[in-house]
Amino acid sequence: MMEKVASYPDSLTEKKFHYCPGCTHGIVHRLVAEIMDEMGIKEETIGVAPVGCSVLAYDYFDCDMHEASHGRAPAVATGIKRVHPDKMVFTYQGDGDLASIGTAEIVHAANRGENITTVFINNAIYGMTGGQMAPTTLEGQKTTTSPYGRNLKEAGNPIRMTEMLSVLDGPAFIARVSVHDPKHIRQAKKALRKAFRLQKEGKGFTMIEVLSTCPTNWGIKPQESLEWLEEYMMPVYPLDVYKDIEEVE
Amino acid sequence: MAEVKDKTEVQNKKMVVDEERCKGCGLCVNVCPVEIIENAEDRINQNGYHPAEIKPENQDKCTSCTQCYQICPDVCITVYKE
Repeated sequence: MMEKVASYPDSLTEKKFHYCPGCTHGIVHRLVAEIMDEMGIKEETIGVAPVGCSVLAYDYFDCDMHEASHGRAPAVATGIKRVHPDKMVFTYQGDGDLASIGTAEIVHAANRGENITTVFINNAIYGMTGGQMAPTTLEGQKTTTSPYGRNLKEAGNPIRMTEMLSVLDGPAFIARVSVHDPKHIRQAKKALRKAFRLQKEGKGFTMIEVLSTCPTNWGIKPQESLEWLEEYMMPVYPLDVYKDIEEVE
Repeated sequence: MAEVKDKTEVQNKKMVVDEERCKGCGLCVNVCPVEIIENAEDRINQNGYHPAEIKPENQDKCTSCTQCYQICPDVCITVYKE
């Protein structure tokens, strides 16, 4: 008799992902869904979907979902959480959504220590609109709006949201993880699990930044994009736990 | 989807791919420690992708490590253990 050791999580609907082949959004969707399964919180979770490639996340998560306008997911999640303090509320945002148009919302939600969890997908590019330069684009990285590579004098430096938010007093847990190989995927799941647990315990704002790939707009193959992430993104965006209230004292 | 899983469970495979969900990105091919996963060259699914598969003669070599399941961006792999 064969025993099932890994299979499709209950907290994802059966709808096929619309993401490009090799896009790591699907891995992060699975991790979040598995955590909902493990904690048995599918029926009490409300997710807030962003604008960006993951705009259709509400079709994929089998929990209650809400769509926010561009960048405003933390504000919408704040409202939901304050009305339903007993529910688990998470936002799922990309780097164009969270680090560009939604910078104010995320900074203030974090600063207020809203008891929500944010899953922040950083793939260093605008995916949905066709590969424009994002605030997180690396120095010298070619995009459709930086055809000669990102010029720091003109466009500024890649923004490190995780480090930025970790100096605030509000957040309970802030970490950066990656999903470019199974080992890091397991670590990412561990961090996400902790973020959800802390939210359940009412400890405050939690955010997990996930380094992600965009094979289509980076213009390379799925496997090469995992290697590109490791080689070029990880030195600029070091993986670590930047804030953890359980570590203090 | 449930149908596909049940049908293949009977065939005693350790790694089952939901072929209609697979986009042939090949990440599982590269991550497999025993190097037995490949993209099927003889067929395509409805979306035109070559789905991942383990050839019948290689089924015994699978160690049910679940690395392919971990890396699969489309969650189309189910792993069984004896």
